[in-house]
Amino acid sequence: MFNTPIIDYNLLAPILIVLGGALLGVLVEAFIGKTYRARIQITIAMITVVIAFAWVIKIHKALSPVAAVASVSIDGMGLVLQGTVLALAFVALMFIAQDNHFAPVAAALPGSEEEAEATVSGTQMTEVYPLVLFAISGMMLFPIAHDLITLFVGLEVLSLPLYIITGLARRRRILSQEAALKYFLLGAYSSAFFVFGGAFLYGYSGSLSLATIRQTTITPGSNHIFLFIGMIFVTVGLLFKVGAVPFHAWTPDVYQGAPTAITGFMAACTKVAAFGALLRIYFVGFSGVANDWKPILTTIAIITMVGGSIAAIAQKDVKRTLAYSSITHAGFLLVGIVALNRAGLTAMLFYLVAYGFATLGAFGVVTLVQDSSGEVSDLNRWAGLAKKSPWVATAFSLFLLSFGGIPLTAGFIAKFSIFTAAYASGNIGIVVVGVISSAIALFFYLRVVLTLFFKEPTAESATVAVPSLMMKIGIGIAFAITLVLGVYPNLLFNLVQSLSNLLV
Amino acid sequence: MVYLIALPLLSSAILLLLGRIADKWGHLLATLVSASAFGFGVQQFLQMHKQPGSNRAVTQKLFDWISVGTFKVDASLLLDQLSICFVLLITGVGTLIHIYSIAYMSHDKDRRRFFAFLNLFIAAMLLLVLGDSYLNLYVGWEGVGLASYLLIGFWNQNPVYAVAAKKAFVANRVGDLGLSLAIMISFAQFGTASFSGVAAGAPHASSAALTAIGAMLLLAAAGKSAQFPLQSWLGDAMAGPTPVSALIHAATMVTAGVYLITRSNFIFDASSTARMMVIAVGVITLLFGAIVGTAKDDIKKALAASTMSQIGYMILATGLGPVGYAFAILHLLTHGFFKAGMFLGAGSVMHGMDDEVNMRKYGGLAKVMPVTAITFGLGYLAILGVPPFAGFYSKDKIIETAFNSGGSKAIVIGGAALLGAGITAFYMTRVVVLTFAGARRWKSEAHPHESSFLMWAPMVVLAIGSVASGFLLSMGSALVNWLQPVVNASHVASGKELMKPMTVSVLALGVVVLGAGYAIIKYRAVAAEAPEKVSIFTRAARMDLGQDIVNDKVFVKPGFALTAGLVAVDYKVIDGAVRLVGWLINEISDVLRKIQNGYVRSYALMMLIGVFICVLILWMVTA
Repeated sequence: MFNTPIIDYNLLAPILIVLGGALLGVLVEAFIGKTYRARIQITIAMITVVIAFAWVIKIHKALSPVAAVASVSIDGMGLVLQGTVLALAFVALMFIAQDNHFAPVAAALPGSEEEAEATVSGTQMTEVYPLVLFAISGMMLFPIAHDLITLFVGLEVLSLPLYIITGLARRRRILSQEAALKYFLLGAYSSAFFVFGGAFLYGYSGSLSLATIRQTTITPGSNHIFLFIGMIFVTVGLLFKVGAVPFHAWTPDVYQGAPTAITGFMAACTKVAAFGALLRIYFVGFSGVANDWKPILTTIAIITMVGGSIAAIAQKDVKRTLAYSSITHAGFLLVGIVALNRAGLTAMLFYLVAYGFATLGAFGVVTLVQDSSGEVSDLNRWAGLAKKSPWVATAFSLFLLSFGGIPLTAGFIAKFSIFTAAYASGNIGIVVVGVISSAIALFFYLRVVLTLFFKEPTAESATVAVPSLMMKIGIGIAFAITLVLGVYPNLLFNLVQSLSNLLV
Repeated sequence: MVYLIALPLLSSAILLLLGRIADKWGHLLATLVSASAFGFGVQQFLQMHKQPGSNRAVTQKLFDWISVGTFKVDASLLLDQLSICFVLLITGVGTLIHIYSIAYMSHDKDRRRFFAFLNLFIAAMLLLVLGDSYLNLYVGWEGVGLASYLLIGFWNQNPVYAVAAKKAFVANRVGDLGLSLAIMISFAQFGTASFSGVAAGAPHASSAALTAIGAMLLLAAAGKSAQFPLQSWLGDAMAGPTPVSALIHAATMVTAGVYLITRSNFIFDASSTARMMVIAVGVITLLFGAIVGTAKDDIKKALAASTMSQIGYMILATGLGPVGYAFAILHLLTHGFFKAGMFLGAGSVMHGMDDEVNMRKYGGLAKVMPVTAITFGLGYLAILGVPPFAGFYSKDKIIETAFNSGGSKAIVIGGAALLGAGITAFYMTRVVVLTFAGARRWKSEAHPHESSFLMWAPMVVLAIGSVASGFLLSMGSALVNWLQPVVNASHVASGKELMKPMTVSVLALGVVVLGAGYAIIKYRAVAAEAPEKVSIFTRAARMDLGQDIVNDKVFVKPGFALTAGLVAVDYKVIDGAVRLVGWLINEISDVLRKIQNGYVRSYALMMLIGVFICVLILWMVTA
């Protein structure tokens, strides 16, 4: 028997558009001279993202669990996450478009004559844009993948470009290249776990499809040892991507080393994609054995929340602080998975949007704070920033307050709804720990705010570079979304609520 | 109603964002906004007054805040008999303190920002008392916490002040934990967090749930109102500018806990266990604060201890059930007048004495600062509860209610409240004698002088309030009747009266005279420096308490050994616990930093250990 495979190109179009845009970028790289190349690449990337986003909106009613045989499931949750990735990527591209982030020639040795020459001649690494688009396509595939092979393809497609771009920072290049190598080695290590886990799950159920695995878990008499090993290994691969303790160790080093605009892109978009995959795996694949994995995820959520927020206190570097903050938020998001109910799912989708935009905005501000030799991320040198640039300091403070979950910011609603969902599902312990660690986390957010507003600027203090129009718009969008979703969360909540369904 | 909150918020944003351009007129705008909010509050009050009792509460829905399936929260404001009291207190006292600050902060180059934060505080505090659900209240609750944090740390250059801001932060966070858990439990129990919804559901809820909500609300109140065991931050918060201490740490924010419990009367009425906890916290704090007050040389810290103790009275009153709520609010309002007035007086003294806070360095100031001395003196008489000053009407009522609360515990509670009144008289007299009477112990370079008009005018207004507010509010049980629809006091069966009001008043006056008299005899003549020759025991105590001769003498007397104990508990155990938590977190943080050593091999090892831990957990769960 052989059935014609069903491939619904209409539903897959958003991913295909992004891939097409990326390929077009590669062609531009080959055929267009360097005078116009950068501008054309930015334009292509942004237009691609906008068209893909429009397409996601277009198909939001035409859902199907078998969009590409049984490998891809286009459902409400998947589309919300795809849309989120695209919207975040649009803002991230505005930051990436600043020409001073990337090394002029990545292959040149740091400090070599070749590099100096390239700097003088104004060469730019415009390959960044197609690479970002490739990463985006992987991020879009990740949350809709419905079997383990597709999931693995998505994982690799999103990771490989990121490994490369991480090493492209213009300044402190050694640090950047070290970060890229670390990211790559540990990423490969975690991918190995993922694949190995997939093999065990295949051995257990005879299939790689999440739906079949779920069927097998509720059929009595199967060998659960294989299931458990497979489940843990697959989980490890995904928890690495979201940066949960103890699989988080790469996060601070990579976030610090990568070009800041790319850090923002990774912190926001990768997390959305990876949580999408985690959600699908746990809500679909392993929902039948929830009692077995809940203790594991609860433990990891707790040590991630507590560990991330405590470690952040000792940091003196703004980028590292934000890295630990992103680890802490991974812990809060895991609370939504442990809740394992519709409210938890809705809350997580909301949380990802709120967190994503605040993160992008925060890293966007970091790119602006500079001295004569480039970005300054030493917190002490941010002292008194508010005196010179009240708007930038206010925006940064709003993002931090949103991270901290202060009311009237999107972060408060997000945190509140995720904890309420977990409380309603009976996981009271995790809620208590969550509230306590968000209190600890708020401490270091407020410390940064105080540094900005109350410390007197010293001779060492950095200044804020005059933002370009794109930067202004980008930070403005992040600012507006963080504020508006805090006051009128319904704008997003209703949408997410109506779409928070999973097709099996 | 929404303008009440929006105006100060807007003006705060304008002042912060315009930056230096607004330096010239920023303080005037802020004061004007605060004054117009007060005007608006008065107009609302008059309007409300015309209506019959049942129609007075007005709800104004702003928009659907969160609405997901069954999970619904409106952003609505509720202006009723209880919240209007607070609106008038916040905007009224707030405006006076704005005026005072114009002069007090005139030398500070960041005066504009100070006023921006004051307005931010006013907006947040109004939101706190006007929210119609626990979640809306929580928004204001966090807002006042933030504003208070910013204002305590306002003089951030001084590291001591930064530490103080941190401590306040920790205590408040513990309290917030209570409030957020209370909100989540009520969502789980009643499906709503609005006051009316919870009130409707409370009679049908299990007593365990009600006790849990009550306990969590009490924890929240303790954090915000500096009640036992979260009281340690208030004394240190005095590092902030004095007008802030007057507004936030005496008249308004610290009373938010009393508001919260009064607002949640339906929870506490239904759970006697929760009520008992409230009483215990109130009694312990009122004695604790009073005793600590006898040990402080710093005028602001002495007043802070007194605030703690007076709020203890209010909390105690709320724990006494339906009869108590109105008296708690009555004492809250009168306290708002006299304590804010005394704080402004303290600020005026400090202003004249080059920011000296040690009362040992004062003495005989009444002659050079007559207005400050008189207004402070009126506040002093009010807090002592001398008839016919304000405190007499409010505090005696609380003591009386405590005695008449029924059962054998009534004698203990009433006795404690009475004892507290005596100690209050002692330490307040000590403050007044040390500051305004006796020999001049100033440093030679000090030139104390009366403060400017802008500073003493608000003090005079508050002093008038300290004299008259008690009488006016309790004339014909005005406030009790006014609040009756909110706190639902109608169904109270008045039990057997243990003591008549007259007896209580006489008793209270008796202990006040005793306490005050003892203080006068003791502090007629004090040395400016603490003597060196004291016992070993005293030396030890001194190290904790900072060179306090008075306390040293008190310690050796067996009758006051308790003071030493309690003050030491305050410093070592409770303060110590706060510091321990801070230290512990720092240490762990340091260890975590070391684990993050930059080597890929150790990161990979960490991941591997993580995998083993996961396997271990799974094995334990399934085995």
